[in-house]
Amino acid sequence: MSRFGLRLEPRSNLPKWLPWAVPVGSFLAALLVGAIVLFATGQNALSVYGRILDRAFLSEGAFTGTLISATPLLFTGLCAAVAFRIGFFNIGGEGQFVMGAIFGSGIALKLGADAPGILSVAAMVIFGAVGGGLWGLIPGILKARFKTNEIITSLMLNYVAAVIATYLIFDSNSFWRELTGSGAVFPKGKILPVGSWWPNLDFGSIIVPFGFVLGMVIAGWLYVLQRKTRFGFEMRVVGGAPTTARYAGMKPTRIVVAVAALSGALAGIGGAADIGNFRHVLDPKGLQQSGFGYAGIVVAALARLNPVAVVFVAVLLGGITNAGYALRGPDFPAGLVGVLQGLILFCTLGGEVLARYRITRSVRTPAGVNILEAS
Amino acid sequence: MEAVTAPAVAAFHVTKKFPGVIANEDVTFDVRVGEVHALLGENGAGKTTLSNILTGLYRPDDGWMEVAGVPVDFQSPRDAIAAGIGMVHQHFRLIPTFSVAENIALGTGHDPVGGRFDLKKVEERVVEISESFDLPVDPRAKIWQLSVGEQQRVEIIKVLYRDARVLIFDEPTAVLSPLESERLGVTLQTMARSGRSIVFISHKLGEVASIADRVTVLRHGRSFETTSENDVSALASLMIGRDVESVKRSAGAIVDSSSRLGPVVLEINDLHAVGDRGLKALEGVSLDVCAGEILGVAGVAGNGQRELVEILAGLRRAGSGSICVDGESLENGSTRHPIRLGVSYVPQDRMGTGLAPDLTIAENMALKNFRRPPVARPPFIRQSVIDAQGRDLMEQFDVRAPSETTPTRRLSGGNVQKVLLAREMSGDPKVLVIASPSQGLDVGAVATVHQLLIDAAESGVGVLLVSEDLDEVLALSNRIAVMYEGRILDTFDRAEADAQRIGMLMGGQLDVSA
Repeated sequence: MSRFGLRLEPRSNLPKWLPWAVPVGSFLAALLVGAIVLFATGQNALSVYGRILDRAFLSEGAFTGTLISATPLLFTGLCAAVAFRIGFFNIGGEGQFVMGAIFGSGIALKLGADAPGILSVAAMVIFGAVGGGLWGLIPGILKARFKTNEIITSLMLNYVAAVIATYLIFDSNSFWRELTGSGAVFPKGKILPVGSWWPNLDFGSIIVPFGFVLGMVIAGWLYVLQRKTRFGFEMRVVGGAPTTARYAGMKPTRIVVAVAALSGALAGIGGAADIGNFRHVLDPKGLQQSGFGYAGIVVAALARLNPVAVVFVAVLLGGITNAGYALRGPDFPAGLVGVLQGLILFCTLGGEVLARYRITRSVRTPAGVNILEAS
Repeated sequence: MEAVTAPAVAAFHVTKKFPGVIANEDVTFDVRVGEVHALLGENGAGKTTLSNILTGLYRPDDGWMEVAGVPVDFQSPRDAIAAGIGMVHQHFRLIPTFSVAENIALGTGHDPVGGRFDLKKVEERVVEISESFDLPVDPRAKIWQLSVGEQQRVEIIKVLYRDARVLIFDEPTAVLSPLESERLGVTLQTMARSGRSIVFISHKLGEVASIADRVTVLRHGRSFETTSENDVSALASLMIGRDVESVKRSAGAIVDSSSRLGPVVLEINDLHAVGDRGLKALEGVSLDVCAGEILGVAGVAGNGQRELVEILAGLRRAGSGSICVDGESLENGSTRHPIRLGVSYVPQDRMGTGLAPDLTIAENMALKNFRRPPVARPPFIRQSVIDAQGRDLMEQFDVRAPSETTPTRRLSGGNVQKVLLAREMSGDPKVLVIASPSQGLDVGAVATVHQLLIDAAESGVGVLLVSEDLDEVLALSNRIAVMYEGRILDTFDRAEADAQRIGMLMGGQLDVSA
């Protein structure tokens, strides 16, 4: 009695095309599985995908909306990508994003309507970076000093940040809260002075938010930092072999702390950009609902932690999100967009396994025994 | 029973190919009932693949196997176990939080996971086995509490518990001290005399010669010859197919020229330190190394050698004492300062400490000079310079790999050591500290590494060689220091050293005449 099973053998050689094929294949696989889900909910998958494509990229003004949705994902994606690269699993992009939004909106309100716009915007970028950076620094220092697990500490800090934002608007008469007019009745944040609203670059049919441009520039800078500088070289060594890094005269704990702060700062700028470009007000509920920090992890994974690829993946997932807003209605539950994003992450991580192992057919495989060891 | 003529297990014309590699080709050999049969071969000769085929982990592409004269076709390791073939792996497969008895019972059908389970019975049987084969171990101890040697005994008992008639040992002595290795050899022979058959995989010639009844030599995946030869040098030339004595002879040459020594480049004074467990590891070590000499530190592992070399590399802090490199004193616990002062270090844990496995050969070779021009043009690094430097060093040190951009994790043990030596020798070091340079390397690679060390000394570097392999220390060193329990018991010139006295000192016996 023998039944056929599959076994995984590690690949000895990774072909050049594989790193590209895996995310693309994973994405297609996610669409395929998504089609089954859509079919089960009584939707026509082809027409839904067609509509997503249309509403995300093709129809009038769609791409502008996509870039707006992509901007926060771009920053949180970079946040996760840079930290994961050195094996620092920062799940705290969400909280760092919120802290950036708090700091960024705070400085804009403080400078007030009289400050020149360029000063306000620059200050928001810097303060957003500082807010997120400080929030990222906490799990970094805890890991470097006490070897705490950064996944847990950074995740927990997300809740702390969310509560702080809620407190500032709903449970206190803070500087951020609007206390006059309708704000006296319904708690809400102060609207930022118009001068501090981030500019949009108008290319006729497409309007590119300044936050997105800034994100692209930072992505390029990160690429250079990682591939071409001494610090980037140290990052690569620390990521794969911390003991060796120490042996070679590097200081892995310092690099971890620095990258943790950098990672947090990226998400923080994202938070400031979200306020400066779109919301123009500190809106704890809206920030919480969007979950950009967690979506950033999907972006980073799909981009294989490559900062330049993060730009494209952010646009792709931003498009799906954007189309999701447009599609939402009685015939299309909002949750389906989340389902699609979840499927994409699932398939990407599965795809990673396929990139590293080859599947071969074998006979009667007792579970777990046949995963071969390279010798 | 007159079926003695059929071998316990035999392989006929077995071939196994992996993408791009032929791991085994037309391998034929047989193991008789009651013998210790060694599989001898260099790293990469196909020993491990062959044992994986014997234990049902791989299926051969071609050829067949017989157990006690009956052809078998193993579909999975379970079939091999059922046929009485068991394997003692080099890397143990034990669950640290389970007890010895629980680990042994796992997967036998009466295991703790499966529900009904009589641990008492298992424990009794474990004690029985451990007594009859001199494998002392407490069946109730948890695995994490055991030493490496004890864990290996558990692995052996695990196989015996399943009534294996053929036991395959994959480089069992790699993790053992010399004394434990010797004891294991006796156990293997006892098991063979009890009617079992032992397949003993090794590349250590001495062991093979002393333990095995017959030896099958594998070379480049083929079974080269089966012999009952037990002369070490004859086995050596069978294994590598060339003369290994040449290096030893040139090593002798350096001993004769020991008179022309340079100034002291490394001066260690009254060094004290504690080990990982808070126990005293170094208790007043003092050593001098001169330019152009190899100072060998002999000693049984665990007598403070690791702590000593780690302090020199800055990976560990000294409690007290001083270290001077070329007259300049070394900062305590800084890894960058020794690099700046010209202290090169080739660690024993080459992959885990010496190299970043995912980075390329060229990048690993730049690990210590990427901060300075010409590799760096601050704050940038120049990949083209890194790659060019990698290509040069690969050629100079004869590193064999497809290209300088190959990740180091794909390299064989010998090439890994050459990459390390290439990097550590390339920065004009004053001192080279090297720990167990030939551990895990095949004979050919050992010869190359030894030659590189001799070259280093001749070029004026002061070499501190720390090794448990006394023959290695004797063959290479101008002077020999013996380390025992955190102290240097004595230091001799090579000419005055005799192996017996050193052996006594390694065992802590100071007074030989008594």
